[in-house]
Parts: sequence; structure tokens; C-alpha cells
Amino acid sequence: MDWLGVYYYWAFAALLMIGFYAVIAKSNLIKKLIGLSMFQSAVFLLYITMGKIDDGTAPIYHEGVSQQIFSNPLPQVLILTAIVVGISTVALGLGIIVRIQEEYGSIEEHEILGIDER
Amino acid sequence: MTVFFGVFLLTLLLIVAIAMVRTDNLFVAVMLGGIFSLLMATIFFLLDAPDVALTEAAVGAGVSTVLYLAALALTAEREKIHTVHQIKALVVVTTTALLVIFATFDNVQFGDPTAPVHVHVGPWYLENTQRYMDIPNVVTAILGSFRGYDTLGELFVVFTAGIGVLFLLGARPKKDTEAAETLIPQQSETSEGLRNYLIPRLTGRLLVPIILLFGLYVQFHGEYSPGGGFQAGAIIATGIILYALLEGEAAALRVVPQWMLMALMAGGALLYGMVGIVGMLLGGQFLDYSVLADNPVVGQQVGILLIELGVGMTVSGVLLSIFHAFAARDKY
Repeated sequence: MDWLGVYYYWAFAALLMIGFYAVIAKSNLIKKLIGLSMFQSAVFLLYITMGKIDDGTAPIYHEGVSQQIFSNPLPQVLILTAIVVGISTVALGLGIIVRIQEEYGSIEEHEILGIDER
Repeated sequence: MTVFFGVFLLTLLLIVAIAMVRTDNLFVAVMLGGIFSLLMATIFFLLDAPDVALTEAAVGAGVSTVLYLAALALTAEREKIHTVHQIKALVVVTTTALLVIFATFDNVQFGDPTAPVHVHVGPWYLENTQRYMDIPNVVTAILGSFRGYDTLGELFVVFTAGIGVLFLLGARPKKDTEAAETLIPQQSETSEGLRNYLIPRLTGRLLVPIILLFGLYVQFHGEYSPGGGFQAGAIIATGIILYALLEGEAAALRVVPQWMLMALMAGGALLYGMVGIVGMLLGGQFLDYSVLADNPVVGQQVGILLIELGVGMTVSGVLLSIFHAFAARDKY
């Protein structure tokens, strides 16, 4: 059994769950957003881990070198664009949080729910 | 050696992640987020993904830290302790983690070349990139041409998110606009930047041109080395954000005015779409670059260069517009 490979998958699982914990247990909205982007990073890590091939190298051809083993470029393309889309959506989330702060005077979930019930 | 590096970096990553969630000081959490992104970028590099590493370093450690800090300045820096769901959350999270870990024993082995993910369309891209477009970086070839539809869609998502932030933060509460008209606009702290701090200002001014030059290199060298429009857009945006932090937001808006940001945002997406439509007018299919030149291979190269330029323009325009939207807003 390849313990390093399993460790990569375990780190993915742990990171995913640390992010998930922040989303459900923390009351602060910015903390929730940090947890959400951590969750997202964990998924990125899983994709890139699966694209790796033993003794492989980055999928860029080099003149004069033939018979190279390349790691799978497809997951890399998917994650490369997903990172930039991720920051744009995080920015949108932060924009909504700023507006919530302006309307409610708080970014704590329990306080906002309390104000809404009144 | 790489094995030890991988285990070391992953362990460090998990420690940083736990610290980020545990601290009640959001400023600390955001700063740790920068370290988190740098560690992540290093791990991506170890896993043979330099393109992704470059993006993560520029976006995660650069732009996202600044955006979080801007949001913190408008809200609150400290989190209030509120523990209601903690036990329930821990139970749910632990159960799910155990399930995922149980599933890993059934997973394909790390680095196994016969894994299902490596026998489908991936090898086809590796074999045919040289034949169809003759550029060394396969990642750029897939991004720009083989899966050009995906990238177009992603670009529109980025564009839409940018428009969304401008809608959310562009409008000002009514009471404030009335007050602002009667008062003389006073220089706030953010508009001055670090102008009065000699050392950050001097070192920063040295860094800005190098960052911009590197961004342009990454943009136009993306076919030959790791890079491309997404990375370059983020790096150029980081350079100008650094200038804004040093010299004040108004100075940065004099260099790259609002209308130019709008033109970059819309122009990049438009350029991407236009390349597709020009291809259709020349008798090919949407986003088929082979018809752009007499030689199909040259056509592909021209097409990839143009759409990467479009991607770079939109990404830098959107990220800078978002930064200015946050920076220009006062705390109410």
C-alpha cells in the first residue's frame, strides 16, 4: 500500500471537513466564507492529486527530450479556471456580507436571525 | 525526497487550516489564509501542475487576501464567540470524514498510470497537441482550443460575478449621499495609502514594475511555459493593487481609470466571443481557430493567443473593479 498516496487523500478529507465545520458551526459570516473557500481548495487538491502520474512531469513539451511521462493535463485545466472563478464568487459573497453589515449592523448569524424575528 | 516534502507540506497545510478556523481574530485568519494559499501552490507544484500553482499563488495569496482585508475594514475584525451547534457539527463532520477516509481505501492508487482518469481523453490531448497546434504547453492548448467552450463559460462567470459586486457595492445608501454633498470631502486614511511610510513605499515602488513586467511575460509566453490569461490577469491586478495600497486609491484610479476597467472587463469577453464568430464567418465552427490563417496550425496559434489576451483583459479588469468597489466604500 502506497502510504503517501493515501496520505494525500486523507489530507483532502481532513481539509474538506475543516472547511465544512467552519461553515456549519461558526456564526460569523466571514468565517463561514473562509470555510467555504477552504472546502473549495480541498476539492482542487483532490483533482490535482488524481492527475499526478508516478515519475511524471509537468505537461509541457521540451525540445530535444522525447519519451517523457506527463501528468494528466485535463484536471489542471479544470482547476486553473476554477481558482479564478472561485475568487470572483468569494468577492460576490464578501459584497453581500458588507451589505448585510450595513443593513443589520452585524455579521453574526444568530444576531441577524434575532433581528429578523423581531 | 519528494515524498517527505509532500507529507511535510500537507501536514503544515492542515495545521494552518485548523488555526484559521479556531482563531476568533478574523485578521489573523485572513493572514493565515495567505500562508495557506502559498502552501497549496507549493503542493500543486510538487504534483506537476505549475500552471495551477502560479494561479493559486497570484489569486490566493495576492488578490483574495486584499479583498478579505477590505471586507474586514468594512465590517468587524473580531468574531463573537457563539457555541450552539458545536457538538452537532463535530459529530456530522467526524462521521463524514470517516466515510471519506473509508472510501480512500477503495480509491485508485496515487500516481497509478492505469487509473481510469488517465486512460480516457487525457492521453489523446497529450498526443495530438503537437499535431494540431504545435505549442509545447499542453495545458494552454486544452484551455484555449480543445476545451475553449468551457473557458468561455468560465470567463462569463467571472464577468458576471464582477458585475454583481459592482451592483452590490456601487450604490450608496441615500442618507449618505445627501450628507456627502453638504460636507467637504475629507481625505480618509485609505485614500492616502502608505504615502507617509518611507520603507514600504520605496521597496513597493521597486516591485510594481517588475510585477507588471512578469505579468506581461506570463500572458504572452503562456504557450511555451506555465502561464496564460488567467494567471497574467491576476498578476497584473496584484501589481496595480499594490500601487493602490502604496500611493492611495485615487492615484491608482488616475493610472487605470474607471472607464478603462469597464472596457477591459467587457472588451476581453467580447474579444473571446468575436474570435469564435469570426471563425464562423470564415466558414469554420464556433471557436474553431483553424480557419483564422491559411495554415490550420498557425490559425490555432493565433486563436489561442487572442483568446488568452481576452481572458487576461477580463480577469484583470474584474479583479481591479472588485478591489476598487470595496476600497471606495466607506464604513457606515
